[in-house]
Amino acid sequence: MVWPLAAALVYALVVHFGGRTVLDPYYAILLVTIGINITLAVSLNMVNGFTGQFSMGHAGFLAVGGYACGIVTYYGSAKVFGSTAMRQGQLCGMPLETAGLPFLGGGEWFFLLALLVGGLVAAGLGYIVGLPSLRLRGDYLAIVTLGFGEIVRVVIQQSGKVIKAGGGKSAEQLIRDAPLYTLPGSVGGSLGFDNLPKYTSLFWAHLAAAATVLVAYRLKSSTYGRAFLSIREDEVAAEAMGVNTTKFKVRAFVLAAFFAGVAGGLYGSTLGVALSPVDAGFQKSFDIIIMVVLGGLGSISGAVVAAVVVTLLPEWLRGVAEYRMIIYALTLILLMIFRPQGLLGVREAWEMPLLRKWMGGKRGGT
Amino acid sequence: MDQLLQTIKDGISMGSLYALIALGYTMVYGILKFINFAHSDVVVLGAWLSLVMADTTTRALGGAGAAGAPWWLGGAVLVTAMVACGLIGFTIERLAYKPLRGSPRLNVLITAIGVSLFLQNTGQLRAVFGTNPRSIPPLIHDATLLTVGQVNFKLLDLIGFGTAVALMIGLDYLVFHTKLGRAMRAVSHNRVTASLMGIPVDRVISFTFVTGAMLAAAGGFLWALKYETIKQPADSSWVLLGLKAFVAAVVGGIGNVRGAMLGGMAIGLLENFGSAYLSSSMKDVYVFALLIVVLLVRPGGILGKAVVEKV
Repeated sequence: MVWPLAAALVYALVVHFGGRTVLDPYYAILLVTIGINITLAVSLNMVNGFTGQFSMGHAGFLAVGGYACGIVTYYGSAKVFGSTAMRQGQLCGMPLETAGLPFLGGGEWFFLLALLVGGLVAAGLGYIVGLPSLRLRGDYLAIVTLGFGEIVRVVIQQSGKVIKAGGGKSAEQLIRDAPLYTLPGSVGGSLGFDNLPKYTSLFWAHLAAAATVLVAYRLKSSTYGRAFLSIREDEVAAEAMGVNTTKFKVRAFVLAAFFAGVAGGLYGSTLGVALSPVDAGFQKSFDIIIMVVLGGLGSISGAVVAAVVVTLLPEWLRGVAEYRMIIYALTLILLMIFRPQGLLGVREAWEMPLLRKWMGGKRGGT
Repeated sequence: MDQLLQTIKDGISMGSLYALIALGYTMVYGILKFINFAHSDVVVLGAWLSLVMADTTTRALGGAGAAGAPWWLGGAVLVTAMVACGLIGFTIERLAYKPLRGSPRLNVLITAIGVSLFLQNTGQLRAVFGTNPRSIPPLIHDATLLTVGQVNFKLLDLIGFGTAVALMIGLDYLVFHTKLGRAMRAVSHNRVTASLMGIPVDRVISFTFVTGAMLAAAGGFLWALKYETIKQPADSSWVLLGLKAFVAAVVGGIGNVRGAMLGGMAIGLLENFGSAYLSSSMKDVYVFALLIVVLLVRPGGILGKAVVEKV
């Protein structure tokens, strides 16, 4: 596991420094979004693809993770460092001028901690939601998870105002005076948690993406992961083989929720994004589902390709933005009628017959 | 006392709407075993078609509003909306769901999501309904019939409730007392056996979709009558409405027509009692809490039977 992790780290560093020198800010943010969407699609694939459970509330975890991470980077920063401003660093945010910024000495560790908090909070919630609902059959689960996302949205809408500078006092002073327990509830209600420090950089987005792909791949090719796959193939048979299906379903759910939470933290801290309750709603969940179904339920490389395509498509379709969702919807319907397994099915890109022929006829299993 | 009466009245009036919509979910689930996600969008379509028709007819009549509208206009709008939505329901079933008759349930579910997204976003087009909420012109001259304490029972309440109940009685008769209804129940019981007994399964399924879509259209019309302002087709409140109606179907016992009516009433009352006596901002949360409780305690629903899965 050491070498793949090192490779992920190198990949993220290359994307970060390479992307920052080559791309202008607009494309750099697009590349960040691609990283976040890969994380989301691949993590949802662990539940919907590997385990065969249909979750429709992934955006709920995204939002919970984003808000939890935001509470740490905004209120936590004010409490610990005495300032809500972003702590600059080589790997933080998307600064145009990076000369003289510390490498690994700035906000990097703090943001990593915040992302982990976001992921863990989402995972905890995933456990709470998953335990009762994963005892249900497929389509009930879809409804419960869809309802969960909407509940998250409604609950966030009820939250109080963000503590900002005002009345002659700075935000830091006001936060210092506010009791600690009120802080998690002051996340902006329906107006959104919009003034977060924008820590997300190409490095973090693509490190998360690489880590998610890595975990998903190890999961798919390990004996432990086969328990997930067996539930997808035949739940009764899996149970007869001694797989504790409920336990494994909950595990897949928790794992996926964790990565969705991390992606949420990254999303909320992206330049130009205002985290709002809408991000927990079904529309966002559908976006992620489209990526997974398009790529092929169960295929990691398929989810990655689909995440990239679905992120770039709106840019190409800018002229016909009104029709974007109609095109997606028709794609979904036609895909289910003519190629229900998606782009790649459960296979990976390198297992496709065409590629296998190029690579010398080596047979790969699924 | 007034508050209690008001809450019961609102709950029943809301509940009858949920019940109408829940019937469409429960009938389709009973026969095809999948959640028709596009059902709530047919409700939206019904509401918007009613609005467009009411708008054009009252304008043609000189824009006199409720006073100038003839008494039969509301009924005419309702029937037209129901027929139009029935046709659309038929088309959806034929084009999107029928090719998937033998495929895994997940694929059908994804298709249903696709159909739902398609209807929502087509409705949002500027050339269709647009992205802004609009108000329906009054079709019926409202009057207060009865006042108990401070609670007014209005003509519109009575018409809404009466229409819903009449449609439900009609459906109940259709399902339990006609040959077609017997065929529907047979297909829902076992599709293969039903087809061996000479029941035209595809035609029965189409008919089920048409009936469900017509009830949904009626639900949309009554919703428009009740609230006047209609949100844009992709608004999340519509999805919530559909979800709650589905919850009603599950609570009553999915696949069970009478259960859906009961579940709808239960949901309507729960929601109104919750928002009147606990907190109105958490209105949507009670319904899902009930869903989770029902699924854990009695997964078959109130009137449903526990199904043993055979291997």
